[in-house]
Amino acid sequence: MSFPWAEQYTPKNPVMVWIDEKLPLPRLAYNAVGAGYPVPRNLNYFWNFGVLAGLALMIQIITGVVLAMHYGANDLVAFSTVEQTMRDVNAGWLMRYAHANGASFFFIVVYLHIFRGLYFGSYKAPREMVWLLGLVIFLLMMATAFMGYVLPWGQMSYWGAKVITGLFGAIPVVGEPIQTWLLGGFAPGNASLNRFFSLHFLLPFVIAGVIILHIWALHIPGSSNPTGVEVKGPQDTVPFHPYYTAKDGFGAGIFLIAFCTLLFFAPNFLGHPDNYIEANPLSTPAHIVPEWYFWPFYAILRAFTVDFFFVPAKLLGVLAMFASILLLFFLPWLDTSPVRSGKYRPTFNKFFWILILDVLILGYCGGAPAEEPFVMISQVASAYYFAHFLIILPLISRFEKPLPLPGSITEAVLAKYGKTDGATVAVPAE
Amino acid sequence: MASVEHTDSTGLPGEDGVRRRDFINIAAVSFAGVGAVAVVLPLIDQMNPSADVLAMASTEVDLSAIQPGQAIKTTFRSQPLFVRQLTEKEIAEADKVDPSTLRDPQTLEERTVDGKKQWLVTMGVCTHLGCVPLGAGEGENKGEYGGYFCPCHGSSYDTAARIRKGPAPTNLEVPKFSFTSDTAILVG
Repeated sequence: MSFPWAEQYTPKNPVMVWIDEKLPLPRLAYNAVGAGYPVPRNLNYFWNFGVLAGLALMIQIITGVVLAMHYGANDLVAFSTVEQTMRDVNAGWLMRYAHANGASFFFIVVYLHIFRGLYFGSYKAPREMVWLLGLVIFLLMMATAFMGYVLPWGQMSYWGAKVITGLFGAIPVVGEPIQTWLLGGFAPGNASLNRFFSLHFLLPFVIAGVIILHIWALHIPGSSNPTGVEVKGPQDTVPFHPYYTAKDGFGAGIFLIAFCTLLFFAPNFLGHPDNYIEANPLSTPAHIVPEWYFWPFYAILRAFTVDFFFVPAKLLGVLAMFASILLLFFLPWLDTSPVRSGKYRPTFNKFFWILILDVLILGYCGGAPAEEPFVMISQVASAYYFAHFLIILPLISRFEKPLPLPGSITEAVLAKYGKTDGATVAVPAE
Repeated sequence: MASVEHTDSTGLPGEDGVRRRDFINIAAVSFAGVGAVAVVLPLIDQMNPSADVLAMASTEVDLSAIQPGQAIKTTFRSQPLFVRQLTEKEIAEADKVDPSTLRDPQTLEERTVDGKKQWLVTMGVCTHLGCVPLGAGEGENKGEYGGYFCPCHGSSYDTAARIRKGPAPTNLEVPKFSFTSDTAILVG
């Protein structure tokens, strides 16, 4: 599970020796995120975002458990208990704003984490399982975030719930019974609110469980690195602790500064004012938008406006939206190039940035009203999104001539810092 | 151990393949499987609408205050219901359209009660993703076809509440209703 030169856990304190014999949990932590895990020596700051996502999950679980102590999961009181939390509960405003903005920051760091994986080819063999488990975490996060947004029982909560469960209603024949089953009624109501609360409380712990699998799967081949060249010997790695605990600690500091800036100076910047109006089943807000992190997918959903043969537009939009995420599960087999890092793939590199631009455009259109020119732009951008993964990427993998790869991680590091000698004697400082 | 069991547990000599122990094994595991499935059923069914939700009564609507060209919003099974009195012009516009050109072909007659063609009763739930379309209230956007307009994803309905443009797949649903007098209907 680790490289043979990994540092060994040798407890000296008799208490630790005793614990190690009975339940080797400290040993597990030492080998997972301590000095016992050798990591490539050349990781850049993009490798911070996994740890930051874990930090964001911790913030969400702690603030969430606290908020649940003050929340009433009943459609008659839900809205007012949230307002009570904001106004009357000691530091309740802090907990709620931290939870709401924490969700956004969780998605920010996870999107950057996915960006890192896409650019540096982290999804490729032998790390396919790490990628697949990461996507499972992403899907669970989206479900959790959606249900959490329903809980304050404001206008956006109610209408968001109606639109998203309406997606399932688009399925032929069984769609409507499924929608009614999900909601526990014909429209969102008390039954829906209660079950969403129950699941919103449960799923973060499921996410934590899948994260353990994600890290387990990562530690079998070990971490990837910016060159995409595999570790060849002890000179290519440094122990996770203290090298990357320090680097991640610095990243966590920057993350917390950014988080606190939004939390204390613009806590409603990413929210929607309509959600401060209590849910009203008889009045649809003029412009229903999901939270910003769903915008690219929402744009794909709305891009389908005409029927295609016998498939209604509504169903096409729903299928395309789910397909846009499920497609990523096939990515390790769509990109067949043996070169991992985008740094050494000139053609991939160009199309990669076009894809990023495309997703940003989709995001913008998803947040815009459903009118021209946004509908047209969403259609073109959605088509390009699918074309990138299904046509462009497999073709690039086949025809691209990659740049020469460095012989090893150490060689790349020394070349970068102007030393050509001593490649074999370079040893990490202890 | 296995060989000892094999000789001991063979049910009837001469019966090849199926041993007494195999049968007991499969039967026991299957029984537990059936039990597990039986437990899953109520766990799934508890999420369906409860009796109090299903027991919601039908809705009676008084039409006397609705002038031609006006509409009201009320609720039926906790979802919005639109009741609209069409003007002569709106009826003419709806009749002018050839139903075969529509996405969900229906005539105004098929969507209203015989002889009471001016009373259009529909659910106020867009058939796309369930938003409440605009057009029932005074001064609201009625869309390109003068009926209802859904602000969420831009579906436009005509004066017979039939889908004409946008992503919605079908016309606004007409619930089951009947006239209890000249100026009142019972929905449901």
